[in-house]
Amino acid sequence: MAKVAKLARLTLTDDELAAATEQLGKMLDHFADIDALDLDGLEPMMQPTPLANVMREDIEADTLDRDEVLAAAPSAEDGRFRVPPIIGLDE
Amino acid sequence: MEIPTTAVDIAWNVRNNIVKATDVVEQHLAAIAEREPEVHAFNLVLADEARARAAEIDDAVSVGRDPGLLAGVPVALKDNMCTRGIPTTCSSKILGDWRPPYDATVVTRLVEAGAIVVGKTNLDEFAMGSSTENSAFGPTRNPLDTSRVPGGSSGGSSAAVAAKFASLGFGSDTGGSIRQPAALCGVVGVKPTYGAVSRLGLIAFGSSLDQIGPFAHTVADAALALEAISGHDPGDSTSIQQGPLQLTRQLDMGVAGLRVGRITDLPTGASPDVEERVEVAFDALRAAGAEIVDVEVPAFTYGLTAYYLIAPAEASSNLARFDGVRFGMRVDAPDTNAMYMATRTEGFGDEVKRRIMLGTYALSAGYYDAYYGRAQKVRRLIANDFAAAYEQADVLVLPSSPSVAFEIGDKASDPLAMYLCDTYTIPSNLTGDPAMSVPYGTGEHGLPVGVQVIAPALHDDVMFRTAATLERSLG
Repeated sequence: MAKVAKLARLTLTDDELAAATEQLGKMLDHFADIDALDLDGLEPMMQPTPLANVMREDIEADTLDRDEVLAAAPSAEDGRFRVPPIIGLDE
Repeated sequence: MEIPTTAVDIAWNVRNNIVKATDVVEQHLAAIAEREPEVHAFNLVLADEARARAAEIDDAVSVGRDPGLLAGVPVALKDNMCTRGIPTTCSSKILGDWRPPYDATVVTRLVEAGAIVVGKTNLDEFAMGSSTENSAFGPTRNPLDTSRVPGGSSGGSSAAVAAKFASLGFGSDTGGSIRQPAALCGVVGVKPTYGAVSRLGLIAFGSSLDQIGPFAHTVADAALALEAISGHDPGDSTSIQQGPLQLTRQLDMGVAGLRVGRITDLPTGASPDVEERVEVAFDALRAAGAEIVDVEVPAFTYGLTAYYLIAPAEASSNLARFDGVRFGMRVDAPDTNAMYMATRTEGFGDEVKRRIMLGTYALSAGYYDAYYGRAQKVRRLIANDFAAAYEQADVLVLPSSPSVAFEIGDKASDPLAMYLCDTYTIPSNLTGDPAMSVPYGTGEHGLPVGVQVIAPALHDDVMFRTAATLERSLG
């Protein structure tokens, strides 16, 4: 579970981790009802409608207003999102 | 002149200059002022905006312009639908005071049809839950009994219609999030065919399952609402390439000769009061000329498992975008990865974290085939079983919710018990078929029971005819 939390970019306390492990275990027990099903030959169903590639017409249209988008972000500078350093501090 | 409450009556009277939109809005705002403090249906009430919009509609009518299908109809929007410049929270801390830079297509269409947005409604955080208790802003209460939940996740919109804060509510349904709260609050709730209503601007939970639909006082109101918001949208690649659903003209056609299916191997768990009302519904449909046929859907029972692997998997991916960079809140940290972790840990509530973890697990290397991969095959099995059932029946009738509204706190500590609330609603999300809940009398404690009508994809009209027949049978 600690690994899953890391993959999900979440920090869990020891208590939360123990609770999550127990709850997930219970759910996976319940989900074992599909273990016995014979699913050979069934195509995985990703979504309900038969979809082909969808193209839009190649015409000019308004896009989102950059200033409005950046104004809703936690931090922006010079027309871009601002974030803390990405490399150099890790590990 | 009494102010009407149904959307059909409001729109007709406003379009014909008999009732003023301004008076309609004032009546609904008065109801909000009186009962909203105890119900808490809204995250945000837009009183000034609604009044200004009503005045515009009255002006249009006075100069002979038609404001549209929903002229003057007060509507409540679930707070996971983007409204330009107006906070959109998903009832989560993580969005902070984020103001979307665009309107969801459904919002644009409602405004173009003359509807008046009175507020943004509460939900289980990111639409994950069945009680509207999992909100960063506190629970919504059922207006029929405020010690009980309104259902969820669209409980705010459902409660807003039941309390007459709005004539129509709009919600999203990923596993039952419109139909279950509709049942618990005694209103009509519809999840139309997947792709019938654009998802552009609906903050995604499970993209292959999510569908927007209305809450309404009557079946005819729900039909009118869907005619206004459905139809192809080039901005949503899963939007069906056809015009708006045509529903209202067929509502009176009845069910004579229609084959109504009873699922004989339905998972158990519905309480006796709910089962009794479903039996009464079959009797009413038979009396109206329908043929009741027994059908089997053996894989129905596996819906819950397939759903609780697929929906969290999609959610874990969709919610990766909330990382403190583009939207709402950020918790500062020395580097970007630490900032992501701190923001998400602080911003998401417990249930959202639980689903993200479950989904991340189901998608992780070594478990993907065993969980997500198998769930997708089970989804196919369920769709095949429904297709076979629909060769024998035109529509199927079953409970919407296993029970009437439960007490606040009853299931809060047991996630699996909460998940079981969705047993009867989940399969239609997996298949993409239309499904709706119609209030059909009362059960335990005098609380409303919802009967669910489901139909094959794109047969929303037949479903509505059946629902309208049930509604009429109550007199």
